[in-house]
Amino acid sequence: MRKSSTLFGALSAAVLAASLVAAPAAHAAKAGAGKGGEMPSKKVCAKATDPLVVGGCLATNRKKGNCMACHQFKGIEKTRLQAGNIAPPLVAMKQRFPDKAKLRAQIADPTKANPNSSMPPYGRHSIVSGGEIDLITEWAHTL
Amino acid sequence: MNKIVVLLTALGLALGLSFSVQAGPEEDLKAFQGYFKKNFPDVPFDEWSNGLYALPAAADRRAEWEQIEEFPPYELDLAKGKKFWETNNLASCFKNGGKGIAQNYPYWDKKRKEVRTVELDINECLTRQGKKPIKNLKKGTMAQVVSHFRSMSKGNRVKIDLSDPGARVEYTRGRQYFWAKRGQLNFSCANCHVHQAGKFIGGNILSAGLGHGVGFPTYRNKWGGLGTLHRRYGGCNKQVRAKPLKAQSKEYRALELFEAYMNTGLPLTAPSNRG
Ligand code: HEC
Ligand code: HEC
Repeated sequence: MRKSSTLFGALSAAVLAASLVAAPAAHAAKAGAGKGGEMPSKKVCAKATDPLVVGGCLATNRKKGNCMACHQFKGIEKTRLQAGNIAPPLVAMKQRFPDKAKLRAQIADPTKANPNSSMPPYGRHSIVSGGEIDLITEWAHTL
Repeated sequence: MNKIVVLLTALGLALGLSFSVQAGPEEDLKAFQGYFKKNFPDVPFDEWSNGLYALPAAADRRAEWEQIEEFPPYELDLAKGKKFWETNNLASCFKNGGKGIAQNYPYWDKKRKEVRTVELDINECLTRQGKKPIKNLKKGTMAQVVSHFRSMSKGNRVKIDLSDPGARVEYTRGRQYFWAKRGQLNFSCANCHVHQAGKFIGGNILSAGLGHGVGFPTYRNKWGGLGTLHRRYGGCNKQVRAKPLKAQSKEYRALELFEAYMNTGLPLTAPSNRG
């Protein structure tokens, strides 16, 4: 297998509190989004079956979604993961994406909305599978 | 296995800082340096030679970095590079014995119709003397010798000659490479080093494209030693899951030409330490 050293891999190593740029909006988000809002540990992910937990696991897996490289979202502060600040925080998703299909479309191919987007086209470039996008979408919708 | 998707989309050029199709290098330069001046008004021009440490986002890493520069981890490498340079009489192949000329690299060789980097010139000098060229173009001896060569021009300001039409063709090739999206993750160099410069990607700060290369070769803990600019290019290709090109390939040399020209006026700082 090809080692994808990386943006994705190297990030973990850096020790820098400053990268936890707390996005103010993130705190404003309503708590109690249920399991979707919890940050699953490796152990939990290894045997997760609940779709929302699996979605969260995919989203925070460096080789899969790695969403925290660019986005801040609820729960990340409870982990050792470091969030980037390239992209808007994922908050109030239900209000901002009443239509789940729009959320899914953004994840599958962000270049449709913004051709120069720095966000990877998860579906179009087969970074994750279609089923995985569905799971990530469900999870993201709870944020 | 990952299928590697290389996507060269003209659309990648469309937004943010973008260059109009007809613009020449001179207009590009103005737009490029102007972009960083506008977005980082508090960063003095010469500071861009310090890579990510020039950025406000790196303020809390700066003191530690400066401290390391006082007893730089590349000192021994630099001494080895000097020794290799002298033992192999490399000065004999370079203008002015190689002193004070690094700011004009890479350059367009009219006769051979190609972009020449110092790595190529060093190897040619060895071959001319009947010696073996240095094989590894990313680290080790080559990084050491280039460090010595460039240290003899420390502080000199980048000045690249693009007057020959052939040079401009290669410049355009490099410029295209810089702005085109590639890899499974679909990033252009500009996505990270222009549009998102100064931001965090996970725990990493993204340096500005302005200043890329003036500190190279550079020492990185992750590498456990010095690396050449093309080693870094390869790493940056890999992190977006694009296939890295060979060090000293035509494309990377064109990219180096483009990046160097964008640095016009910046002082050389090589070798450097990037933590
Ligand atoms: C490398 C950077 C990067 C990664 C990784 C990334 N995004 Fe994004 N994302 C962006 C950027 C930048 C935007 C802003 C809009 C644009 O430019 O496309 C964005 C926008 C969004 C939006 C729209 C937000 C809004 O407020 O309109 C959603 C939803 C989103 N991302 C979800 C995700 C999810 C889910 C993942 C992981 C599976 C992810 N992103 C991974 C960079 C990224
Ligand atoms: C997904 C993000 C990303 C992309 C795309 C990317 N880089 Fe980088 N690059 C980084 C990170 C992170 C670093 C390390 C921090 C820094 O110095 O910017 C880096 C460092 C560098 C450096 C070293 C700067 C210095 O002074 O030490 C150079 C030069 C560079 N990149 C050039 C490129 C080029 C050329 C491309 C396109 C072929 C490219 N990068 C694409 C993320 C990226």
